[in-house]
Amino acid sequence: MKTNWLVSSRLWMGMAAILLIGFPFVSDSRSALILLTQIFIYAVFAMSYDILLGYTGIISFGHAMFFGIGAYTTAIFLHRWDHTMLAFLVSLLVVLVLTGIVSYLIGVMTLRLKSHFYAMLTLAVAGLFLVLAEKWRDLTKGSDGFTFYIPDVLKDRTTLYFASFFFMIIMFFLLKRFTDSPTGKVLQAIRENEQRTESLGYQILHYKIIASVVAGLAAGMSGSMYAITLRFVNTAVFGTNVTLDALLMTIVGGVGTLFGSIVGSALILLVHAGLTDLAKIHWIFERWMIFFGALYILAVMFFPQGVVGMLRQWKEKWKRA
Amino acid sequence: MQPILETDKLTIAFGGHKPVNEVSLKIMPNTFTSIIGPNGAGKTTLFNLLSGQLKPTSGRVLMKGKEITHLSPAKRTRLGMGRSFQITNVFPSLTVQENVRLAVQAQAGVYYNLFATPKKHAHFEKRAQELLETVLLGQKGDSLAKNLAHGEKRKLEIAMLLALETEVLLLDEPTAGMSLEEVPSILEVIRQIKNQGNRTILLIEHKMDMVLSFSERLMVLFNGKLLAEDTPENIMRSELVQKAYLGGLYDDAS
Repeated sequence: MKTNWLVSSRLWMGMAAILLIGFPFVSDSRSALILLTQIFIYAVFAMSYDILLGYTGIISFGHAMFFGIGAYTTAIFLHRWDHTMLAFLVSLLVVLVLTGIVSYLIGVMTLRLKSHFYAMLTLAVAGLFLVLAEKWRDLTKGSDGFTFYIPDVLKDRTTLYFASFFFMIIMFFLLKRFTDSPTGKVLQAIRENEQRTESLGYQILHYKIIASVVAGLAAGMSGSMYAITLRFVNTAVFGTNVTLDALLMTIVGGVGTLFGSIVGSALILLVHAGLTDLAKIHWIFERWMIFFGALYILAVMFFPQGVVGMLRQWKEKWKRA
Repeated sequence: MQPILETDKLTIAFGGHKPVNEVSLKIMPNTFTSIIGPNGAGKTTLFNLLSGQLKPTSGRVLMKGKEITHLSPAKRTRLGMGRSFQITNVFPSLTVQENVRLAVQAQAGVYYNLFATPKKHAHFEKRAQELLETVLLGQKGDSLAKNLAHGEKRKLEIAMLLALETEVLLLDEPTAGMSLEEVPSILEVIRQIKNQGNRTILLIEHKMDMVLSFSERLMVLFNGKLLAEDTPENIMRSELVQKAYLGGLYDDAS
Protein backbone atom coordinates (compact mmCIF):
# COMPACT_ATOMS: atom_id res chain seq x y z
CA MET A 1 0.00 0.00 0.00
CA LYS A 2 1.23 3.45 -0.86
CA THR A 3 1.71 5.61 2.19
CA ASN A 4 1.83 9.31 1.76
CA TRP A 5 2.82 11.47 4.68
CA LEU A 6 0.24 14.08 3.68
CA VAL A 7 -2.65 11.71 4.12
CA SER A 8 -1.26 9.65 6.96
CA SER A 9 -3.84 10.31 9.62
CA ARG A 10 -1.66 8.67 12.26
CA LEU A 11 1.05 11.25 11.72
CA TRP A 12 -1.45 14.08 12.04
CA MET A 13 -2.89 12.57 15.18
CA GLY A 14 0.58 12.22 16.68
CA MET A 15 1.41 15.82 15.89
CA ALA A 16 -1.86 17.02 17.37
CA ALA A 17 -1.15 15.02 20.52
CA ILE A 18 2.33 16.55 20.86
CA LEU A 19 0.91 20.05 20.38
CA LEU A 20 -1.74 19.41 23.00
CA ILE A 21 0.79 18.04 25.47
CA GLY A 22 3.01 21.05 24.90
CA PHE A 23 0.21 23.56 25.05
CA PRO A 24 0.12 24.25 28.82
CA PHE A 25 3.87 24.99 28.80
CA VAL A 26 3.55 27.53 26.02
CA SER A 27 0.32 29.27 26.76
CA ASP A 28 -0.63 30.84 30.05
CA SER A 29 -4.22 31.46 29.02
CA ARG A 30 -6.35 29.97 31.76
CA SER A 31 -9.55 30.12 29.73
CA ALA A 32 -7.95 28.30 26.80
CA LEU A 33 -6.78 25.58 29.16
CA ILE A 34 -10.25 25.18 30.62
CA LEU A 35 -11.81 25.17 27.17
CA LEU A 36 -9.48 22.40 26.00
CA THR A 37 -10.18 20.41 29.17
CA GLN A 38 -13.88 20.63 28.40
CA ILE A 39 -13.26 19.57 24.81
CA PHE A 40 -11.49 16.41 25.99
CA ILE A 41 -14.29 15.52 28.35
CA TYR A 42 -17.05 16.23 25.87
CA ALA A 43 -15.10 14.22 23.30
CA VAL A 44 -15.41 11.14 25.52
CA PHE A 45 -19.11 11.78 25.93
CA ALA A 46 -19.52 12.21 22.17
CA MET A 47 -17.52 9.01 21.53
CA SER A 48 -19.80 7.11 23.87
CA TYR A 49 -22.76 8.45 21.91
CA ASP A 50 -21.07 7.42 18.68
CA ILE A 51 -21.03 3.80 19.90
CA LEU A 52 -24.81 3.98 19.85
CA LEU A 53 -25.45 6.23 16.88
CA GLY A 54 -22.50 5.62 14.61
CA TYR A 55 -21.69 1.98 15.27
CA THR A 56 -24.96 0.36 16.23
CA GLY A 57 -27.39 2.76 14.55
CA ILE A 58 -29.42 3.35 17.71
CA ILE A 59 -30.72 6.86 18.29
CA SER A 60 -31.03 7.72 21.94
CA PHE A 61 -32.43 11.02 23.21
CA GLY A 62 -31.62 10.19 26.79
CA HIS A 63 -27.89 9.73 26.76
CA ALA A 64 -27.55 12.69 29.14
CA MET A 65 -28.83 10.50 31.95
CA PHE A 66 -25.54 8.62 32.12
CA PHE A 67 -23.60 11.87 31.97
CA GLY A 68 -25.79 13.22 34.77
CA ILE A 69 -25.48 10.09 36.90
CA GLY A 70 -21.70 10.37 36.59
CA ALA A 71 -21.64 14.06 37.43
CA TYR A 72 -23.98 13.80 40.40
CA THR A 73 -22.40 10.68 41.84
CA THR A 74 -18.94 12.18 41.86
CA ALA A 75 -20.23 15.51 43.16
CA ILE A 76 -22.18 13.88 45.98
CA PHE A 77 -19.25 11.68 47.00
CA LEU A 78 -16.83 14.58 47.10
CA HIS A 79 -19.31 16.81 48.88
CA ARG A 80 -20.68 14.36 51.43
CA TRP A 81 -17.73 12.16 52.11
CA ASP A 82 -14.42 13.86 51.61
CA HIS A 83 -12.67 15.76 48.87
CA THR A 84 -9.81 13.30 48.46
CA MET A 85 -8.53 11.23 45.57
CA LEU A 86 -9.87 8.13 47.33
CA ALA A 87 -13.39 9.53 47.38
CA PHE A 88 -13.06 10.45 43.73
CA LEU A 89 -11.83 7.00 42.69
CA VAL A 90 -14.55 5.28 44.72
CA SER A 91 -17.10 7.57 43.12
CA LEU A 92 -15.80 6.52 39.69
CA LEU A 93 -16.34 2.88 40.63
CA VAL A 94 -19.84 3.65 41.85
CA VAL A 95 -20.50 5.53 38.60
CA LEU A 96 -19.45 2.46 36.63
CA VAL A 97 -21.74 0.23 38.67
CA LEU A 98 -24.70 2.63 38.52
CA THR A 99 -24.46 3.44 34.82
CA GLY A 100 -23.86 -0.23 34.10
CA ILE A 101 -27.03 -1.23 35.91
CA VAL A 102 -29.14 1.60 34.51
CA SER A 103 -27.98 1.12 30.92
CA TYR A 104 -28.47 -2.63 31.18
CA LEU A 105 -31.99 -2.32 32.56
CA ILE A 106 -32.99 0.31 30.04
CA GLY A 107 -31.49 -1.79 27.28
CA VAL A 108 -33.36 -4.91 28.33
CA MET A 109 -36.62 -3.03 28.65
CA THR A 110 -36.51 -0.83 25.58
CA LEU A 111 -34.11 -2.10 22.95
CA ARG A 112 -36.65 -4.61 21.71
CA LEU A 113 -38.55 -1.66 20.32
CA LYS A 114 -38.13 -0.20 16.89
CA SER A 115 -35.86 2.83 16.61
CA HIS A 116 -38.21 5.76 17.15
CA PHE A 117 -40.05 4.12 20.03
CA TYR A 118 -36.71 3.53 21.66
CA ALA A 119 -35.72 7.17 21.11
CA MET A 120 -38.95 8.35 22.75
CA LEU A 121 -38.55 6.03 25.71
CA THR A 122 -34.99 7.12 26.38
CA LEU A 123 -36.20 10.72 26.31
CA ALA A 124 -38.81 9.83 28.93
CA VAL A 125 -36.38 7.94 31.18
CA ALA A 126 -33.87 10.79 31.04
CA GLY A 127 -36.73 13.10 31.98
CA LEU A 128 -37.38 10.91 35.02
CA PHE A 129 -33.78 11.33 36.14
CA LEU A 130 -34.07 15.09 35.71
CA VAL A 131 -37.16 15.12 37.94
CA LEU A 132 -35.39 12.86 40.44
CA ALA A 133 -32.46 15.28 40.62
CA GLU A 134 -34.86 18.19 41.14
CA LYS A 135 -37.00 16.55 43.79
CA TRP A 136 -34.53 14.57 45.84
CA ARG A 137 -33.46 17.77 47.51
CA ASP A 138 -31.69 16.16 50.48
CA LEU A 139 -29.14 14.67 48.18
CA THR A 140 -29.07 16.99 45.18
CA LYS A 141 -30.14 20.35 46.63
CA GLY A 142 -32.74 20.66 43.88
CA SER A 143 -32.35 22.53 40.65
CA ASP A 144 -29.91 25.08 42.11
CA GLY A 145 -27.31 22.38 42.48
CA PHE A 146 -24.30 22.77 44.75
CA THR A 147 -20.60 23.49 44.67
CA PHE A 148 -18.04 21.15 46.18
CA TYR A 149 -14.32 20.85 46.74
CA ILE A 150 -12.25 18.59 44.55
CA PRO A 151 -9.15 16.61 45.52
CA ASP A 152 -6.16 18.91 45.99
CA VAL A 153 -4.16 17.10 43.33
CA LEU A 154 -6.71 18.03 40.67
CA LYS A 155 -7.06 21.65 41.75
CA ASP A 156 -4.24 22.75 39.55
CA ARG A 157 -5.73 23.48 36.12
CA THR A 158 -2.70 22.10 34.32
CA THR A 159 -2.92 18.79 36.18
CA LEU A 160 -6.60 18.58 35.42
CA TYR A 161 -5.84 19.39 31.81
CA PHE A 162 -3.46 16.44 31.56
CA ALA A 163 -5.78 14.18 33.49
CA SER A 164 -8.59 14.96 31.04
CA PHE A 165 -6.30 14.62 28.06
CA PHE A 166 -5.11 11.17 29.07
CA PHE A 167 -8.63 10.22 30.08
CA MET A 168 -9.68 10.98 26.51
CA ILE A 169 -6.73 9.14 24.96
CA ILE A 170 -7.31 6.05 27.11
CA MET A 171 -11.03 6.03 26.41
CA PHE A 172 -10.35 6.50 22.71
CA PHE A 173 -8.10 3.44 22.56
CA LEU A 174 -10.40 1.34 24.74
CA LEU A 175 -13.43 2.18 22.64
CA LYS A 176 -11.43 1.75 19.45
CA ARG A 177 -10.42 -1.71 20.58
CA PHE A 178 -14.04 -2.43 21.39
CA THR A 179 -15.29 -1.31 17.98
CA ASP A 180 -12.57 -3.33 16.22
CA SER A 181 -13.34 -6.45 18.25
CA PRO A 182 -15.55 -9.23 16.86
CA THR A 183 -18.43 -7.84 18.90
CA GLY A 184 -17.84 -4.33 17.59
CA LYS A 185 -17.96 -5.65 14.04
CA VAL A 186 -21.33 -7.22 14.71
CA LEU A 187 -22.59 -3.86 15.98
CA GLN A 188 -21.71 -2.33 12.63
CA ALA A 189 -23.46 -5.19 10.88
CA ILE A 190 -26.58 -4.44 12.93
CA ARG A 191 -26.38 -0.81 11.89
CA GLU A 192 -26.17 -1.87 8.26
CA ASN A 193 -28.83 -4.54 8.20
CA GLU A 194 -30.48 -5.87 11.30
CA GLN A 195 -32.44 -8.65 9.71
CA ARG A 196 -29.43 -9.99 7.87
CA THR A 197 -27.31 -9.95 11.01
CA GLU A 198 -29.93 -11.99 12.75
CA SER A 199 -30.08 -14.54 9.98
CA LEU A 200 -26.32 -15.00 10.33
CA GLY A 201 -27.05 -16.27 13.82
CA TYR A 202 -26.35 -13.19 15.94
CA GLN A 203 -28.87 -12.33 18.62
CA ILE A 204 -29.47 -8.66 17.96
CA LEU A 205 -30.86 -7.71 21.34
CA HIS A 206 -27.77 -8.93 23.21
CA TYR A 207 -25.52 -6.83 21.04
CA LYS A 208 -27.65 -3.74 21.40
CA ILE A 209 -27.55 -4.15 25.15
CA ILE A 210 -23.76 -4.51 25.06
CA ALA A 211 -23.54 -1.30 23.02
CA SER A 212 -25.90 0.44 25.42
CA VAL A 213 -23.87 -0.62 28.45
CA VAL A 214 -20.50 0.31 26.95
CA ALA A 215 -21.86 3.70 25.89
CA GLY A 216 -23.44 4.18 29.31
CA LEU A 217 -20.20 3.41 31.18
CA ALA A 218 -18.13 5.78 29.05
CA ALA A 219 -20.74 8.54 29.31
CA GLY A 220 -20.89 8.13 33.09
CA MET A 221 -17.13 8.55 33.41
CA SER A 222 -17.17 11.65 31.23
CA GLY A 223 -19.91 13.04 33.50
CA SER A 224 -17.67 12.48 36.55
CA MET A 225 -14.81 14.32 34.91
CA TYR A 226 -17.15 17.11 33.85
CA ALA A 227 -18.27 17.66 37.43
CA ILE A 228 -14.62 17.82 38.52
CA THR A 229 -13.80 20.57 36.03
CA LEU A 230 -16.79 22.67 37.06
CA ARG A 231 -16.56 21.94 40.82
CA PHE A 232 -20.28 22.46 40.65
CA VAL A 233 -23.24 20.36 39.59
CA ASN A 234 -26.86 21.15 38.87
CA THR A 235 -29.74 19.54 37.04
CA ALA A 236 -28.54 20.93 33.71
CA VAL A 237 -26.36 17.81 33.36
CA PHE A 238 -29.55 15.77 32.88
CA GLY A 239 -30.94 18.18 30.28
CA THR A 240 -31.85 17.13 26.77
CA ASN A 241 -29.41 19.79 25.59
CA VAL A 242 -26.55 17.64 26.77
CA THR A 243 -27.73 14.75 24.60
CA LEU A 244 -28.27 17.08 21.67
CA ASP A 245 -24.74 18.43 22.06
CA ALA A 246 -23.39 14.90 21.79
CA LEU A 247 -25.60 14.27 18.77
CA LEU A 248 -24.35 17.44 17.12
CA MET A 249 -20.73 16.64 17.90
CA THR A 250 -20.89 13.13 16.49
CA ILE A 251 -22.73 14.24 13.37
CA VAL A 252 -20.47 17.21 12.65
CA GLY A 253 -17.35 15.20 13.39
CA GLY A 254 -18.49 12.12 11.52
CA VAL A 255 -20.64 9.27 12.76
CA GLY A 256 -19.08 5.85 13.01
CA THR A 257 -15.57 7.26 13.44
CA LEU A 258 -14.56 7.61 17.06
CA PHE A 259 -12.00 10.20 16.09
CA GLY A 260 -14.77 12.26 14.53
CA SER A 261 -16.33 12.70 17.95
CA ILE A 262 -13.13 14.34 19.18
CA VAL A 263 -13.06 16.64 16.16
CA GLY A 264 -16.76 17.37 16.60
CA SER A 265 -16.36 18.15 20.27
CA ALA A 266 -13.50 20.55 19.49
CA LEU A 267 -15.39 22.25 16.67
CA ILE A 268 -18.61 22.73 18.60
CA LEU A 269 -17.00 23.99 21.79
CA LEU A 270 -14.60 26.28 19.92
CA VAL A 271 -17.42 27.73 17.82
CA HIS A 272 -19.47 28.12 20.97
CA ALA A 273 -16.65 29.98 22.72
CA GLY A 274 -16.02 32.10 19.63
CA LEU A 275 -19.65 33.08 19.29
CA THR A 276 -19.92 33.93 22.96
CA ASP A 277 -16.92 36.24 22.54
CA LEU A 278 -18.59 37.91 19.60
CA ALA A 279 -21.54 38.75 21.80
CA LYS A 280 -19.64 41.90 22.77
CA ILE A 281 -19.95 43.06 19.18
CA HIS A 282 -23.56 42.23 18.49
CA TRP A 283 -26.27 40.83 20.75
CA ILE A 284 -27.34 38.25 18.18
CA PHE A 285 -24.22 36.20 18.98
CA GLU A 286 -25.45 35.67 22.47
CA ARG A 287 -28.16 33.54 20.94
CA TRP A 288 -25.63 31.04 19.72
CA MET A 289 -28.27 28.34 19.62
CA ILE A 290 -29.55 29.96 16.41
CA PHE A 291 -26.21 29.36 14.75
CA PHE A 292 -25.99 25.84 16.05
CA GLY A 293 -29.40 25.13 14.60
CA ALA A 294 -28.24 26.37 11.22
CA LEU A 295 -24.99 24.45 11.53
CA TYR A 296 -26.95 21.30 12.31
CA ILE A 297 -29.10 21.63 9.21
CA LEU A 298 -26.14 22.44 6.98
CA ALA A 299 -24.11 19.55 8.37
CA VAL A 300 -26.87 17.04 7.77
CA MET A 301 -27.54 18.39 4.27
CA PHE A 302 -24.01 18.83 2.98
CA PHE A 303 -21.71 16.77 5.20
CA PRO A 304 -23.78 13.79 6.19
CA GLN A 305 -20.54 11.93 6.88
CA GLY A 306 -19.09 14.72 9.00
CA VAL A 307 -15.61 16.18 8.90
CA VAL A 308 -13.73 12.93 9.41
CA GLY A 309 -15.98 11.09 6.98
CA MET A 310 -15.25 13.73 4.34
CA LEU A 311 -11.51 13.58 4.97
CA ARG A 312 -11.56 9.81 4.65
CA GLN A 313 -13.38 10.10 1.36
CA TRP A 314 -10.81 12.55 0.04
CA LYS A 315 -8.08 10.25 1.22
CA GLU A 316 -9.61 7.36 -0.72
CA LYS A 317 -9.76 9.52 -3.86
CA TRP A 318 -6.19 10.62 -3.32
CA LYS A 319 -5.03 7.04 -3.05
CA ARG A 320 -6.80 6.03 -6.22
CA ALA A 321 -5.55 9.02 -8.21
CA MET B 1 -35.26 -42.03 7.95
CA GLN B 2 -36.13 -38.91 9.86
CA PRO B 3 -36.79 -35.83 7.76
CA ILE B 4 -34.36 -32.99 8.47
CA LEU B 5 -37.01 -30.39 7.93
CA GLU B 6 -40.71 -30.86 8.37
CA THR B 7 -43.78 -28.68 8.53
CA ASP B 8 -47.15 -29.64 9.87
CA LYS B 9 -50.19 -27.78 8.54
CA LEU B 10 -48.18 -24.60 8.46
CA THR B 11 -50.44 -21.59 7.98
CA ILE B 12 -50.02 -17.86 8.11
CA ALA B 13 -52.91 -15.46 7.72
CA PHE B 14 -52.70 -11.75 7.03
CA GLY B 15 -56.29 -10.85 7.80
CA GLY B 16 -58.40 -13.10 5.58
CA HIS B 17 -55.58 -13.76 3.14
CA LYS B 18 -53.56 -16.91 3.66
CA PRO B 19 -50.30 -16.75 1.68
CA VAL B 20 -49.35 -20.14 3.13
CA ASN B 21 -52.24 -22.42 3.87
CA GLU B 22 -51.87 -25.73 5.70
CA VAL B 23 -48.64 -26.73 4.06
CA SER B 24 -47.26 -30.03 5.32
CA LEU B 25 -43.97 -31.10 3.86
CA LYS B 26 -41.06 -33.35 4.66
CA ILE B 27 -37.53 -32.76 3.44
CA MET B 28 -35.10 -35.66 3.68
CA PRO B 29 -31.44 -35.05 4.57
CA ASN B 30 -28.99 -34.38 1.74
CA THR B 31 -31.65 -33.98 -0.89
CA PHE B 32 -32.12 -31.21 -3.38
CA THR B 33 -35.69 -29.99 -3.49
CA SER B 34 -37.03 -27.16 -5.59
CA ILE B 35 -40.15 -25.21 -4.87
CA ILE B 36 -41.92 -23.85 -7.90
CA GLY B 37 -45.14 -22.00 -8.37
CA PRO B 38 -46.52 -18.91 -10.06
CA ASN B 39 -45.90 -15.45 -8.65
CA GLY B 40 -47.71 -14.88 -5.40
CA ALA B 41 -47.98 -18.59 -4.66
CA GLY B 42 -46.37 -18.07 -1.25
CA LYS B 43 -42.90 -19.47 -1.93
CA THR B 44 -40.94 -16.71 -0.23
CA THR B 45 -43.48 -16.54 2.60
CA LEU B 46 -42.97 -20.26 3.14
CA PHE B 47 -39.21 -19.63 3.34
CA ASN B 48 -39.78 -16.83 5.82
CA LEU B 49 -41.77 -19.22 7.98
CA LEU B 50 -39.09 -21.89 7.75
CA SER B 51 -36.25 -19.53 8.61
CA GLY B 52 -38.20 -17.69 11.28
CA GLN B 53 -38.54 -14.23 9.74
CA LEU B 54 -42.29 -14.73 10.09
CA LYS B 55 -44.20 -16.55 12.79
CA PRO B 56 -46.99 -18.86 11.64
CA THR B 57 -50.61 -18.31 12.62
CA SER B 58 -50.92 -22.05 13.15
CA GLY B 59 -49.01 -25.20 12.41
CA ARG B 60 -45.52 -26.30 13.30
CA VAL B 61 -42.00 -26.31 11.90
CA LEU B 62 -39.69 -29.12 12.91
CA MET B 63 -36.01 -29.56 12.32
CA LYS B 64 -34.52 -33.01 12.89
CA GLY B 65 -37.70 -33.89 14.74
CA LYS B 66 -37.35 -30.97 17.15
CA GLU B 67 -39.94 -28.25 17.15
CA ILE B 68 -38.48 -24.88 16.15
CA THR B 69 -41.72 -22.99 15.42
CA HIS B 70 -41.04 -20.34 18.01
CA LEU B 71 -37.29 -19.96 17.68
CA SER B 72 -35.77 -16.71 16.39
CA PRO B 73 -33.95 -16.66 13.04
CA ALA B 74 -30.65 -16.40 14.91
CA LYS B 75 -31.30 -19.58 16.90
CA ARG B 76 -32.38 -21.45 13.77
CA THR B 77 -29.17 -20.46 12.05
CA ARG B 78 -27.21 -21.80 14.97
CA LEU B 79 -29.13 -25.07 14.70
CA GLY B 80 -27.97 -25.35 11.12
CA MET B 81 -30.40 -23.60 8.81
CA GLY B 82 -29.03 -20.88 6.59
CA ARG B 83 -30.90 -18.91 3.98
CA SER B 84 -30.29 -16.51 1.17
CA PHE B 85 -32.70 -13.77 0.30
CA GLN B 86 -34.49 -13.06 -2.94
CA ILE B 87 -33.98 -9.37 -2.48
CA THR B 88 -30.26 -8.77 -2.18
CA ASN B 89 -29.60 -8.51 1.50
CA VAL B 90 -26.04 -7.66 2.42
CA PHE B 91 -24.31 -5.05 4.59
CA PRO B 92 -24.04 -2.19 2.11
CA SER B 93 -21.42 0.07 3.71
CA LEU B 94 -19.06 -2.70 4.79
CA THR B 95 -16.44 -4.20 2.52
CA VAL B 96 -17.16 -7.41 0.68
CA GLN B 97 -14.64 -9.24 2.79
CA GLU B 98 -16.12 -7.88 6.00
CA ASN B 99 -19.54 -9.13 4.90
CA VAL B 100 -18.27 -12.68 4.57
CA ARG B 101 -16.02 -12.37 7.61
CA LEU B 102 -19.07 -11.64 9.78
CA ALA B 103 -20.63 -14.87 8.59
CA VAL B 104 -17.40 -16.79 9.23
CA GLN B 105 -17.24 -15.30 12.72
CA ALA B 106 -20.81 -16.39 13.39
CA GLN B 107 -20.01 -19.90 12.23
CA ALA B 108 -16.94 -20.03 14.46
CA GLY B 109 -19.16 -19.18 17.41
CA VAL B 110 -17.27 -16.01 18.29
CA TYR B 111 -20.29 -14.06 19.42
CA TYR B 112 -19.28 -12.01 22.39
CA ASN B 113 -15.66 -11.06 22.39
CA LEU B 114 -15.30 -7.45 23.34
CA PHE B 115 -11.59 -6.91 23.45
CA ALA B 116 -9.84 -9.23 21.03
CA THR B 117 -7.58 -7.49 18.56
CA PRO B 118 -8.25 -8.06 14.86
CA LYS B 119 -4.99 -10.02 14.63
CA LYS B 120 -6.30 -12.76 16.87
CA HIS B 121 -8.94 -13.58 14.32
CA ALA B 122 -6.88 -13.22 11.18
CA HIS B 123 -7.85 -16.73 10.11
CA PHE B 124 -11.42 -15.49 9.71
CA GLU B 125 -10.18 -13.19 7.01
CA LYS B 126 -8.37 -16.03 5.30
CA ARG B 127 -11.46 -18.20 5.31
CA ALA B 128 -13.54 -15.28 4.03
CA GLN B 129 -11.12 -14.83 1.17
CA GLU B 130 -11.35 -18.54 0.28
CA LEU B 131 -15.11 -18.31 0.16
CA LEU B 132 -14.95 -15.22 -2.01
CA GLU B 133 -12.78 -17.15 -4.41
CA THR B 134 -15.29 -20.01 -4.44
CA VAL B 135 -17.98 -17.63 -5.66
CA LEU B 136 -15.56 -15.93 -8.06
CA LEU B 137 -15.33 -12.67 -6.12
CA GLY B 138 -11.69 -13.06 -5.09
CA GLN B 139 -10.66 -9.70 -6.52
CA LYS B 140 -13.46 -7.73 -4.91
CA GLY B 141 -12.63 -8.13 -1.22
CA ASP B 142 -11.88 -4.48 -0.57
CA SER B 143 -14.83 -2.95 -2.41
CA LEU B 144 -17.83 -1.79 -0.48
CA ALA B 145 -20.73 -4.16 -0.91
CA LYS B 146 -22.98 -1.39 -2.19
CA ASN B 147 -20.61 -0.77 -5.10
CA LEU B 148 -20.94 -4.31 -6.45
CA ALA B 149 -22.94 -5.10 -9.56
CA HIS B 150 -26.20 -6.88 -8.91
CA GLY B 151 -24.93 -10.30 -9.92
CA GLU B 152 -21.88 -9.87 -7.72
CA LYS B 153 -24.09 -9.07 -4.75
CA ARG B 154 -25.92 -12.32 -5.34
CA LYS B 155 -22.62 -14.15 -5.31
CA LEU B 156 -21.64 -12.38 -2.12
CA GLU B 157 -24.92 -13.49 -0.63
CA ILE B 158 -24.08 -17.10 -1.47
CA ALA B 159 -20.56 -16.76 -0.03
CA MET B 160 -22.08 -15.55 3.25
CA LEU B 161 -24.47 -18.45 3.26
CA LEU B 162 -21.69 -20.95 2.59
CA ALA B 163 -19.63 -19.43 5.39
CA LEU B 164 -22.29 -20.47 7.87
CA GLU B 165 -21.69 -24.12 6.90
CA THR B 166 -25.25 -25.01 7.75
CA GLU B 167 -26.67 -28.42 6.93
CA VAL B 168 -29.79 -26.91 5.43
CA LEU B 169 -29.58 -24.24 2.77
CA LEU B 170 -32.63 -22.26 1.77
CA LEU B 171 -31.90 -20.52 -1.53
CA ASP B 172 -34.45 -17.94 -2.54
CA GLU B 173 -34.04 -17.32 -6.27
CA PRO B 174 -30.26 -17.11 -6.30
CA THR B 175 -30.23 -16.00 -9.93
CA ALA B 176 -33.01 -13.41 -9.64
CA GLY B 177 -32.27 -10.26 -11.57
CA MET B 178 -28.95 -11.55 -12.87
CA SER B 179 -27.80 -10.98 -16.38
CA LEU B 180 -27.69 -14.10 -18.54
CA GLU B 181 -23.90 -14.15 -18.64
CA GLU B 182 -23.71 -14.27 -14.87
CA VAL B 183 -26.14 -17.13 -14.36
CA PRO B 184 -23.81 -20.00 -15.36
CA SER B 185 -21.22 -19.12 -12.72
CA ILE B 186 -23.85 -19.15 -9.98
CA LEU B 187 -25.20 -22.46 -11.29
CA GLU B 188 -21.69 -23.80 -11.15
CA VAL B 189 -21.39 -22.78 -7.51
CA ILE B 190 -24.70 -24.43 -6.65
CA ARG B 191 -23.71 -27.55 -8.57
CA GLN B 192 -20.50 -27.78 -6.57
CA ILE B 193 -22.36 -27.51 -3.28
CA LYS B 194 -24.79 -30.15 -4.42
CA ASN B 195 -22.03 -32.50 -5.51
CA GLN B 196 -20.43 -32.38 -2.09
CA GLY B 197 -23.56 -34.27 -1.05
CA ASN B 198 -23.60 -33.20 2.59
CA ARG B 199 -26.13 -30.41 2.40
CA THR B 200 -29.88 -30.35 2.23
CA ILE B 201 -30.86 -27.73 -0.28
CA LEU B 202 -34.21 -26.11 -0.75
CA LEU B 203 -34.42 -23.87 -3.78
CA ILE B 204 -36.98 -21.41 -5.05
CA GLU B 205 -36.43 -20.76 -8.71
CA HIS B 206 -38.25 -19.62 -11.80
CA LYS B 207 -35.77 -20.89 -14.33
CA MET B 208 -37.30 -24.27 -15.14
CA ASP B 209 -34.31 -25.80 -16.92
CA MET B 210 -32.16 -25.12 -13.89
CA VAL B 211 -34.72 -26.61 -11.53
CA LEU B 212 -35.11 -29.73 -13.62
CA SER B 213 -31.43 -30.52 -13.97
CA PHE B 214 -30.67 -30.13 -10.27
CA SER B 215 -33.65 -31.30 -8.34
CA GLU B 216 -34.39 -34.68 -6.90
CA ARG B 217 -37.82 -33.55 -5.76
CA LEU B 218 -40.15 -30.78 -6.90
CA MET B 219 -42.85 -29.12 -4.89
CA VAL B 220 -45.53 -27.04 -6.50
CA LEU B 221 -47.07 -24.26 -4.50
CA PHE B 222 -50.26 -22.62 -5.70
CA ASN B 223 -52.29 -20.01 -3.83
CA GLY B 224 -50.56 -20.90 -0.60
CA LYS B 225 -51.28 -24.60 -0.90
CA LEU B 226 -48.97 -27.46 -1.65
CA LEU B 227 -50.39 -28.66 -4.91
CA ALA B 228 -48.03 -31.51 -5.69
CA GLU B 229 -44.78 -33.07 -4.58
CA ASP B 230 -42.96 -35.58 -6.72
CA THR B 231 -39.93 -36.24 -8.90
CA PRO B 232 -39.32 -33.64 -11.61
CA GLU B 233 -40.40 -36.06 -14.36
CA ASN B 234 -43.75 -36.81 -12.79
CA ILE B 235 -44.41 -33.17 -11.98
CA MET B 236 -43.78 -32.15 -15.56
CA ARG B 237 -46.26 -34.72 -16.76
CA SER B 238 -48.90 -33.75 -14.22
CA GLU B 239 -51.96 -32.17 -15.71
CA LEU B 240 -52.76 -30.29 -12.53
CA VAL B 241 -49.42 -28.52 -12.51
CA GLN B 242 -49.69 -27.56 -16.13
CA LYS B 243 -53.06 -26.05 -15.43
CA ALA B 244 -51.67 -24.10 -12.49
CA TYR B 245 -48.96 -22.66 -14.67
CA LEU B 246 -50.90 -22.11 -17.86
CA GLY B 247 -54.00 -20.83 -16.16
CA GLY B 248 -57.40 -22.39 -16.03
CA LEU B 249 -57.05 -23.55 -12.46
CA TYR B 250 -59.02 -21.59 -9.97
CA ASP B 251 -58.95 -22.11 -6.30
CA ASP B 252 -62.50 -22.09 -5.05
CA ALA B 253 -61.49 -21.33 -1.51
CA SER B 254 -59.99 -17.96 -2.24
